[in-house]
Amino acid sequence: MTGFDFTFFLEVLVGGLLSGVMYSLVAIGFVLIYKTSGVLNFAQGAMLLFAALTFVSLVERGVPFALALAITFLVMVLLGITIERTVLRPLVNKPPITLFMATLGLSYIIEGAAQLIWGTQVHGLDLGIDDTPLEISGILISKFDLFAAAVAATMVAVLTVLFRWTRVGLAFRAVADDQFAALAVGLRLPRIWATVWTAAGLIALVAGLLWGARLGVQFSLSLVVLKALPVLVLGGFDSILGAIVGGLLIGASEKLAEVYLGDVFGGGIESWFAYAIALAFLLIRPAGLFGQKLVERA
Amino acid sequence: MSLPTKLRHLAALTALALVAAAPAATADDQSTGKEQFFPLQSYRVGPYAAGGTGFFGGTIDYFNLINTRDGGVNGVKLTWEEGETQYEVERGVEVYERLKNRANIAAWNPLSVGIAYAMIDRISKDRVPLITINHGRTDSTDGRVFPYVFPLLLNPYSETSGIINYLASREGGVDKLKGKKLVVLYHGSPYGKETIPIYELLKDKYGFDVQQIEVPHPGNEQQAQWLQIRRIKPDYVILRGWGVMNPVALKTAQKTGFPADHIIGNVWSNSEEDVLPAGDAAKGYVAITTQASGADYPVLQEVVKTVYDAGKGNLEDKKRIGSVYHNLGIVNGILNVEAVRIAQEKFGKRTLTGDEVRWGFEHLKLDEARVAALGAKGLFHSINVTWDNHEGDGRVTFQQWDGAKWNVVSDWISPDWALLRPIIEKSAAAYAAEKGIKIRTSGDVDKVTELGSEAPAASAKN
Repeated sequence: MTGFDFTFFLEVLVGGLLSGVMYSLVAIGFVLIYKTSGVLNFAQGAMLLFAALTFVSLVERGVPFALALAITFLVMVLLGITIERTVLRPLVNKPPITLFMATLGLSYIIEGAAQLIWGTQVHGLDLGIDDTPLEISGILISKFDLFAAAVAATMVAVLTVLFRWTRVGLAFRAVADDQFAALAVGLRLPRIWATVWTAAGLIALVAGLLWGARLGVQFSLSLVVLKALPVLVLGGFDSILGAIVGGLLIGASEKLAEVYLGDVFGGGIESWFAYAIALAFLLIRPAGLFGQKLVERA
Repeated sequence: MSLPTKLRHLAALTALALVAAAPAATADDQSTGKEQFFPLQSYRVGPYAAGGTGFFGGTIDYFNLINTRDGGVNGVKLTWEEGETQYEVERGVEVYERLKNRANIAAWNPLSVGIAYAMIDRISKDRVPLITINHGRTDSTDGRVFPYVFPLLLNPYSETSGIINYLASREGGVDKLKGKKLVVLYHGSPYGKETIPIYELLKDKYGFDVQQIEVPHPGNEQQAQWLQIRRIKPDYVILRGWGVMNPVALKTAQKTGFPADHIIGNVWSNSEEDVLPAGDAAKGYVAITTQASGADYPVLQEVVKTVYDAGKGNLEDKKRIGSVYHNLGIVNGILNVEAVRIAQEKFGKRTLTGDEVRWGFEHLKLDEARVAALGAKGLFHSINVTWDNHEGDGRVTFQQWDGAKWNVVSDWISPDWALLRPIIEKSAAAYAAEKGIKIRTSGDVDKVTELGSEAPAASAKN
C-alpha cells in the first residue's frame, strides 16, 4: 500500500455509516420496548425472523405483496398481544433479570415456531429495489442501503412525533418513567404494553424485510440482534436518537477498523471490535451517549 | 409440510437448548436381526437446516430405495435413526453417546467438520468408520494414520487444487496463471482457514498473486471486505463460505461492482440455498462440485418412482429433488451402500461390524462403468478408495448459476494429487506422533473386528 487513499477511506466510511443504519433499525425495536417497560427484549431478532419468514412465505404462496404485508402486520399484532398477555402480564413488577430471561426463552420459542410453521428453507426476498451501486466522485454507494437509511429516518421521525406530541406517546413516557405512578393516575398498563409490543412488531417487520432482502430470509436473520447490542450500549437503551447515532458510530468504526487494523490482528476483527467499543463506553459512560442516567436513592 | 415432519420439528422445538433428540424415520425391519444400522447426526432445525434437510434427506431416500427396491443390501436391511444436532458440536457428541451402543453400526455421517473432529478419537476406538464426504480433516486422507476416517471424493486441499486447475483451463493453460491476482474470501472458522497454506503453495508453483481475506462468522456483513477487494482489483475471487456468508458475498459483490462470473465458490458455497437469496446478484456465479445437480439421472428417477410415489420421500418439498444438497446425500448414500456391498463380498452377506465396513470403504472402487450401472452416470465421476488413500481420487466439475438452475460448464477435472500427497502425509505423520499412533502398513488392512469379537482378527472368512 502506498500513501493514504482518501477516496477509499471515504468509501469505507460511507459504507460503514450505511451498514450502521441497518443496525439501528434493529436497535430501535429494542429501544421501544425498553423505553416503555424496562425490558431488554432479546426476542427482537426472533420477531424480525418471524415477520420476514411469514411475509415471504405468503408471497411465495401467491398472496399479493400489499396483502401479504397487511396479513404479516396483523400476525405481528397478534404476536405482540399474545406476548403481553401470556408472558409480560404475569411477570409485572418482577426483577428486570426475570423479564430478560423471559424474552430469551421467547426468542427460542418464536424461532422454533417460525421454522415449525414455515419450514427451514432459505428464501430470497426481492423488494424491487435495484442494488446496482451509484458512483459519486469515485465512491460507490449502495442504492439499497440509501433506501434503508430513508426508511430508518422516516421511522425515527414517526416515533419521535408519537412519543413527543401524542396522547399515546405521553402515556408511553409516563409508564416508562414510573409504572406505579402511571397505574395510580389511571393509565391501563396492559393496553399500553400491548400497543408497544405491537409497534415493536411493526418495526420487526420493517427491519425483517430490509435485512431479509439483504441476507435472504433464513434462520441467521435472528442473529442480527448481535449487531444491535453494541449499538444500544453506545447510544443508550432508552434513546431512539441514541440508536441511530450508536448505529452510525458502530457501523463506521467497525468497518474502518476491519480495513485499517484488520491486518494487525490477522483479519476478521469487526465482529468483536464493535463489542470492544461498547465495553469501553460502558466503563466511561454506562448509560450510553443519550441514555437516561439512573439515579437510585437508598 | 407432512405431519411426521411437523412432529419432528415440534420435538426439536420442545427440546430447545436441552438435548435435542428427534428420532426420525427408522426403517421398519429392526426386529429380524439382519440389518445394518446408520446413526445420523442430522440438523433439520437451526441456521444450517436447509443443508441438513437436503443432505440427510438424500441419504435416507437412497437407503429407502435400496430397502424397497432390492430388499436391502443382499437381504440386509438398512436401518437408521436421526439425532438432531443443529450443527452444534456438543449436540453431535451427545447424539454419538446416545447411539454408539446400538448394534450393527455401519458408519457415522455427521456432515459437520466440528462434529467430525470431536469424533475421530472416539470412532477410532470403536473401530467404526466416520464418513466426511467433501469435508473434514485433509490429512485424514492418509489411511495409514486415520484408518477409520474417510473424507470421500474431495478433501479441502484437492478442492483448492481443483479450483486452480479450473481457472487455468479458463485462462488457457497453467502458464496463463502467472501474474493473475486472486482473492480468497474465507469463513472465519477452522474450516475456512484450512486451505490458507495450500493457496500459498499453489501461488509459488504457478506464479499468481493471492490475498486471503477473512469474513467473521456468520458473515452477514461484508462491506469492508468487498471494498478491500475492489481496491485490490483481482481477476477472480474464490469464495470459501458457509451459510449466510455466501448470498451476502454475492450481494455485496454486486454492490461494489465485482462481476459474479469471476467469483468461484467452493464446495460449501455451491448450493441453491447459497444463490437463491442473492437473487439477480448470483447470475453467472460459478462453483465447484463433486456431483452434478438435476433429477434426470436414472438413480434419481428411481428414487422418485420407488420412494416418493410411494409416499416415503424424505424431502418435504419435491421441488428439492435433484438439488445440490439432495444429490450430495444421494451420492453419500450410494457410497455407504456400496462399501457395505463390497465388504459383504468378502465377509459374507450378513450384518457386518463397523470394522468390516471400514474394510469395504478401503476397497470402494466404483469406476465409470459401475457408476453408470448404479444409475449415476454424470451425477458423479468415479471413486477409488484404497487403504492408504481415503479420499479416493474424486473428480470435480464446475457449475454456473443462470438465475434458475445450475448448468455444468466444465469437464471433470482432476486435482493435483501428486503435489498434495506429501503435504498430507507430513501433516498425518505429525498427528500420529502427537497422538502416539502406530502407522499402519498394507498388512494391517485385513485385520478386522468380526461379529462378537472385541479385538481385530487377522483373517476373515470369504
